[in-house]
Amino acid sequence: MAEILTPFRQSPLTPGAGFAAMSARRVYIFGGILLVAAGLLFGDIFAVFTLHQNAGRQGEALMAACQAVAAGNPTAVNDLFAHLGDLLEDRGTKVDAHVHMIDAGYLALLLALVQPYVALSSPTKKKMAVLFVAGGILFPVGIFLIHYVGLAHSPFSVIGWASILADSAGALLIIILVAHALGFWTYLRTRELADPELPQDDSMPRRALLTGGTILILLGFLHGAYYAGALLYEHEQMETGILQRMVRASAQGNLEAAAAEVKNFGNLAGARAVNLAAHSHIIEFGLLAMLLSFVQPLVFLSEKWKRRWVKVLLGGSVILPVFVLLELRFGLLAGGIADIGGLMVLVSLLGMLVGILRYSGGLDIRQGAVREGAR
Amino acid sequence: MTGSRKLLLFGGLALAAFGMLYGLQYALFVEHQTLDQMGTSLARSFAAAASRDMVQSQTALDQYGETKYDYVRQVDCHSHWIGLAMLMIVLGAIFDRVHLSERNRQLIAFSLLAGSAIFPLAVILQTYHHGALLFKGLAVVGSGLVIAALVATAWGFARVARTA
Repeated sequence: MAEILTPFRQSPLTPGAGFAAMSARRVYIFGGILLVAAGLLFGDIFAVFTLHQNAGRQGEALMAACQAVAAGNPTAVNDLFAHLGDLLEDRGTKVDAHVHMIDAGYLALLLALVQPYVALSSPTKKKMAVLFVAGGILFPVGIFLIHYVGLAHSPFSVIGWASILADSAGALLIIILVAHALGFWTYLRTRELADPELPQDDSMPRRALLTGGTILILLGFLHGAYYAGALLYEHEQMETGILQRMVRASAQGNLEAAAAEVKNFGNLAGARAVNLAAHSHIIEFGLLAMLLSFVQPLVFLSEKWKRRWVKVLLGGSVILPVFVLLELRFGLLAGGIADIGGLMVLVSLLGMLVGILRYSGGLDIRQGAVREGAR
Repeated sequence: MTGSRKLLLFGGLALAAFGMLYGLQYALFVEHQTLDQMGTSLARSFAAAASRDMVQSQTALDQYGETKYDYVRQVDCHSHWIGLAMLMIVLGAIFDRVHLSERNRQLIAFSLLAGSAIFPLAVILQTYHHGALLFKGLAVVGSGLVIAALVATAWGFARVARTA
């Protein structure tokens, strides 16, 4: 028993306070971390096995369309664009599934954080937590399936069953969020905490995650502002210009010039993609670091290991966006290093999850022992 | 709970719900049609060029450019509203750790809320008046407010770290 009690003496959290077995907070924390981890893993798999291959196929389809234009064959052009649309949908739905799964995980962690200020009954909060995690899983799954299900058996002309699943899951998340806002409104009137607040300890891992997270978000914002101010409009004009030259060259039968423009189009798409990916990833990792700072008191690992996971997480959070940007200059080598950065974040996340599992396992055993003693 | 935390938490929840509702209505009623229109315009431009009708090709290409301009901004606006709302909620939970006076914290919280609402709104308004300087300026002001609030927050965290 003494061994089991150790983590709770280290932690300022009252044993079991707001973290009881299958409580809303526990469902949100486990569900949130797992959603983020699954989203990161899916993103890494997508980047390695689909992203570059898909870009290559888009270039081939565009070149084939140029050849069809040169041959004066509008029917072939339409067929090729249908194929191109298919490739874009394939890529877009996978990116969206990855992003929405991670974002649903972030929201779950956020909701774990605000539970004390949501004046609703525990059973209601628990049901909402389960529904939220279920919605957080079905949302990206629906998005992922859009490309494969298409409009099969759909009663609508442009929205398929997979879209309906994704939109319904999204609506479920909104309803739960609105219910939380109403619960918060009630709290503001009663001023009674529904659950104990998470402890405000000042450990090194927590400070590092908070400060590092804020700096990452700030860097992401500055990069985004630079991109929007200096590159966005230029890229938009470049895209139209490239397409105009591509179409003209193809109509004139100059396939060499058209091929050069297809290459320019691919490079431009790559430049836009890496800038957007770097911007969004650094901000998301900053937010993740800040969110994980709250659960540090629940991570039952030695101080040395907690520090290690924080360093790995912050390191990966910098490596991924920086090397995504460097992909333009160093190609696949930088892409590979960026993937390793993503993997570092994923591994540290799982490391912290193991710590939280150990904490909750110890807590459950202790509470079970207390109940047995009472009998 | 301090006023600055209330502002961040309640403002963040409201902004997140609003952003998600906006995203939902966009996904249901606009996005699929917009994507369809973008693909059709580009295909029509190439098909017209194949028929050697360069005027129609150019018209379709212009339409593609305008549709994509709107699409990029609509999607960006929705995701920025939600992202910034999440940041506000996170900060709302820990804002007492920003080692500044409550008055300054309220100023930062208000700056973050105003910037988070204005910046994406200005971006979306650009889709109604392409290239309007007023809305571009508003977007710059909105993002400036968010950046200034973040710098002040990081400074507040650092002061805590230094005195801890």
